[in-house]
Amino acid sequence: MGWFTPDEWQAIQLSLAVALRSVAFGLPPAVLAAWLLARGRFPGRSVLDAIIHLPLVMPPVVVGWLLLVTFGIQGPLGSLLNEWFGIRLVFTTGGAALATAVMSFPLIVRAVRLSLDTVDPHLEAAARTLGAGPVDRFVTVTLPLIAPGILSGAITAFAAGLGEFGAVITFASNIPGQTQTLPLAIYTATQTPGGEVTAAKLAAVSFAMAVAGLMLAEFVGRRMQVLLGRVPH
Amino acid sequence: MLEISLRHRFTGFSLDASFDAPTPGVTAIFGPSGCGKSTLLSAVAGLLRPDEGRLVVNGSVLFDSATRQFVPAERRRCGVVFQDARLFPHLSVETNLRYGLRRAPRDAKGPDMEEVTALLGIEHLLSRRPAALSGGEKQRVALGRALLSRPALLLMDEPLAALDGGRKAEVLPYLSRLRRRLSIPVVYVTHALDEVDRLADTLVLMEAGRVLAHGSVEALSARTDLPILAGRRDVGAVLTCRVRAHDAERGLSYLDFAGGELIVPFEDSPPDTPLRVRVRARDVSVALVRPEHVSVQNIFPAVVEDVEQGQPHEAMLRLRVEGQSILLSRVTQDAVNRLGLRPGLPVWALVKSVAFSPSGGMP
Repeated sequence: MGWFTPDEWQAIQLSLAVALRSVAFGLPPAVLAAWLLARGRFPGRSVLDAIIHLPLVMPPVVVGWLLLVTFGIQGPLGSLLNEWFGIRLVFTTGGAALATAVMSFPLIVRAVRLSLDTVDPHLEAAARTLGAGPVDRFVTVTLPLIAPGILSGAITAFAAGLGEFGAVITFASNIPGQTQTLPLAIYTATQTPGGEVTAAKLAAVSFAMAVAGLMLAEFVGRRMQVLLGRVPH
Repeated sequence: MLEISLRHRFTGFSLDASFDAPTPGVTAIFGPSGCGKSTLLSAVAGLLRPDEGRLVVNGSVLFDSATRQFVPAERRRCGVVFQDARLFPHLSVETNLRYGLRRAPRDAKGPDMEEVTALLGIEHLLSRRPAALSGGEKQRVALGRALLSRPALLLMDEPLAALDGGRKAEVLPYLSRLRRRLSIPVVYVTHALDEVDRLADTLVLMEAGRVLAHGSVEALSARTDLPILAGRRDVGAVLTCRVRAHDAERGLSYLDFAGGELIVPFEDSPPDTPLRVRVRARDVSVALVRPEHVSVQNIFPAVVEDVEQGQPHEAMLRLRVEGQSILLSRVTQDAVNRLGLRPGLPVWALVKSVAFSPSGGMP
């Protein structure tokens, strides 16, 4: 494609890779967290709820800073990861994915939890009486019924992850080819003399991907409801 | 043998129920809404852990607070049919039916897929989704799903309560057919007397979390001292009968019971079919001399055993027919005074044939 310069292409591809990784790593714990919040009765539930939703209301820069403090080379978790596994997150693509995952985590949790609320817990009880153990009934009854929520949550999180700025630039910095995702590239372009065209093109790409993501999430959600037999054909 | 003894306390309500019931057979737990009968069923199914008690089904202990035994619901092998079917909406009828079958122990014996679908008349529904089923069809599929899990005990929680009259009449015959074909012990929770008459062998009466009485349906229905039964308009003694003969021309059937013969409107069951008939107390009148030239077909010599004051200005008579069967009769207080009805008095009990609805029996 002749529309984009190699640098612009790099930013687009990097954005897609970071968003994809953030969803892939964020999805399983988000489903677990949603399940705990919807079904669990344990002390500290409201604290967990608050912590999960914090990224929605906190300035992204603060989230990035907290990650830097925790996962930095000197940080409590960052130093352990570096010593034991040789994993360094700050200023890497993995770090950008982590920052994006934390920011979009509440989006997935909310979507999954909403669909968990529509699953009648009595169905799980029915599965129990038919001989299904806890994991069995989660996999065969609960999971298929919340699949629309999981999918639309994942798509929304992916679309939002494409545009994560504050947390990424604070935690992973702005390194072309490594952590310079779309919004960071746009920001850099606006700061560079003559970068207006690049900024405009990348902004258009961002806009198109965000709209496509939202529409896909909506479509998939509807389609799944029909597949699951919630709505008669 | 089913041994149930459970105590559980909620805020504002406590359950304290103990009874034994023979197996196989259908044990009906009967009582008004909120009497704790569904809670009791959840506890038997293992979906609720009672504070205290003991639960034994045919010798295997499912719960015993004394020895801290508690078998979780998924290993109890109690098939449950809920009031609201609870079919898995994302699975086809066939996959729903196989859900329990796939998880049943390999050595568990029971009816197979073909037999169950034929018994319940659901063969044509297998490829459908639950959303495309009527209420009665859903309930039949739910029943099949529970049966195919090869349960050691089948629990039914008001399976017909959510259905309207027509749907109910559609499912009830399947239940009685099931009762005759299968030897799985059943606990059946209901607040409908006609279901008790048709299905139950043993009756457990519950009120406010307690068991008021338990025993055979015939024995309990003949008692006048049980307010939750006596207060109902459709109360009456249950007679165990056997079809003796039909008179198609006159449109009548003759049923034998211990102590006499009952003439009822034509009942479409072959001779020798056991049939259970509830003779409603309000349909039984008494006379001091044998009436003649009356339309009433059923006239039995009887002795007044008891006169129980019930509702205001009303009395409930317990009559023993030919020294054997019991009939209840609801009369006005005025009739008691006029005829001088008292225990020991020989009377004639009169029951109109049309008082028996054709579906009142138990084929």
